[in-house]
Amino acid sequence: MKRTIPLAICLIMGVVMMIQFFIPHPISLEFNSTILNWIIVLFAFALVLAIGNLIRHHSIKIRKRKHDWPYSIVTLTSMAAMAIIGLFWGIEADSLFQRIYLNIFAPLSATMFALLAYYMASAAYRAFRARSLEATLLLAAAFIVMVGFMPFGQYISPRLPAFAEWIMRYPNMAAQRGIIIGVAFGAIATALKIILGIERSWLGGKE
Amino acid sequence: MKSRDVLHLSVLTHFPFWLQSSVTFLLIAALIAPPTNVRAIDRPNDAGTAIIITWDLSPDDPVIEKYVVFRMTADDTIYQNIGFTKNGNTSFEDDDVEDGIEYTYMISAVRNSEMFNSEPSAVVKSGPQIFHLGRTNILICIIIFTMLLTIFVIQARKGRNLFIRRIPGLEAVDEAVGRATEMGKPIMYIPGLGNIDWTATIASMNILGEVSRKIAQYDTPLIVPNRWSVVYTVAKEVVKEAFVSEGRPDKFKEDYVRYLTEAQFGYAAAVNGIMLREKPATNFFIGRFWAESLIMAETGAQTGAIQIAGTDSVLQLPFFVTACDYTLIGEELYAASAYLSREPLLLGSLKAQDYGKLIVLAILFVVTLLSFLRIDLLSLLEIQ
Repeated sequence: MKRTIPLAICLIMGVVMMIQFFIPHPISLEFNSTILNWIIVLFAFALVLAIGNLIRHHSIKIRKRKHDWPYSIVTLTSMAAMAIIGLFWGIEADSLFQRIYLNIFAPLSATMFALLAYYMASAAYRAFRARSLEATLLLAAAFIVMVGFMPFGQYISPRLPAFAEWIMRYPNMAAQRGIIIGVAFGAIATALKIILGIERSWLGGKE
Repeated sequence: MKSRDVLHLSVLTHFPFWLQSSVTFLLIAALIAPPTNVRAIDRPNDAGTAIIITWDLSPDDPVIEKYVVFRMTADDTIYQNIGFTKNGNTSFEDDDVEDGIEYTYMISAVRNSEMFNSEPSAVVKSGPQIFHLGRTNILICIIIFTMLLTIFVIQARKGRNLFIRRIPGLEAVDEAVGRATEMGKPIMYIPGLGNIDWTATIASMNILGEVSRKIAQYDTPLIVPNRWSVVYTVAKEVVKEAFVSEGRPDKFKEDYVRYLTEAQFGYAAAVNGIMLREKPATNFFIGRFWAESLIMAETGAQTGAIQIAGTDSVLQLPFFVTACDYTLIGEELYAASAYLSREPLLLGSLKAQDYGKLIVLAILFVVTLLSFLRIDLLSLLEIQ
């Protein structure tokens, strides 16, 4: 029974939502809108559980003085402060909440994003070592594309930019589309398997 | 030369400039032809309350300023102006109508505030449709694919041996779990940054179920950091159920599945922190990823962990291929659950996927060949 009910809900809702996709009638659209509102409510309930987990995890860490526990104090304090500021002083454009968000949170996020350049350099070093035929091909293609797209590429050879463009537009695009077609079928198959109850890994596997 | 042009030329040659201009204006104004063949139809494949009006351009379209659209119901005595469109346009969408009411439309060509009215259209009514005809191609695809799925699932049920090619990334799962167990270090499973409405996240939850079952057998610590609250609750239940189904419910710990933050780079920073503090022996990156993929995967590589990635995000695949030991590319992500569980029914569905791709390739091949013969069937593949 514990598995039959979720499977039945999944089957009914999956089939109904699939049918809804093909019906443009206002009743069908209204139904879709209602379901989307339910999802928002479910998300709100899930957020309560998630925040509970966050508080619990960091509280235990502080209590047991685990490694780097002071960071947990920063996490909990920041979360509480933002919640209180947002609840009592509002979240309008010129509010304290927005100022903290734009002047502390946004630069911190941008800093993390900026690190990507350094990670790319170290990853590129590893990837471009010509250890095998595939890696050598990768290195050659990357070199041609990089040099071809640079301004001085055309001084090396006037045909280099066009060749780099050709690599991007044909071999690269063909490979990408092949992957995308496979992904589309995989996604459809996964959806159908779950709706029809063939896939039960999300319920702990077969029974 | 048209009679109007002859008349125009004669005016231009025999009178002073101010008179020429005035007469030219009057002649053009007097001779503007209105648009013709005004047709009004209920907008197809919609929920009603919209009518599409089309017309043939006036022969004097280049000198016309705009076309004004007029509408009248059976109760009206005069036409109501409902909007306009610039010259050269031959259609207008009226999305402010009531279903079931009869409307008549008229188009006026406007030049220097003078209006030249067309004949009225036939009476038309709007209404909602029951079936979206523009999505028939999708319906046909789903029916064919469901049939393929059914055929192969039946064959699998009958015990037919279905060949599935080896996927190194999935073969390595046992090794990765075993290594973590031997080292006494945790396994980190990152279910991507997509919310639960991404199919890749759902596929990730299926794989998490299978991985958790193996972890439950070995009693290895697990860390599943989550970006979205709903994914967190689903992941928690998936891991819990996997431990229960392996007969080890007591080994499941609430702390295995954690909620971090919805912020993209906040999440990446938190995951990097966990990697550096807790030094997992194995990292799984399975699901939907964006720009943060390399930041996490490269940090994992620097800690010396075995890394298995899988995503359907084409742009992030090169980063994972570079920074991880094994990468599930595109559809392999969706095949992983079947591959790991080896359930005949799920393996049957993989066969259906392969035949589906074969059909799509055949269709693309035929349509491409026909396009060389100037037979355009691409519109049949368009999705509305």
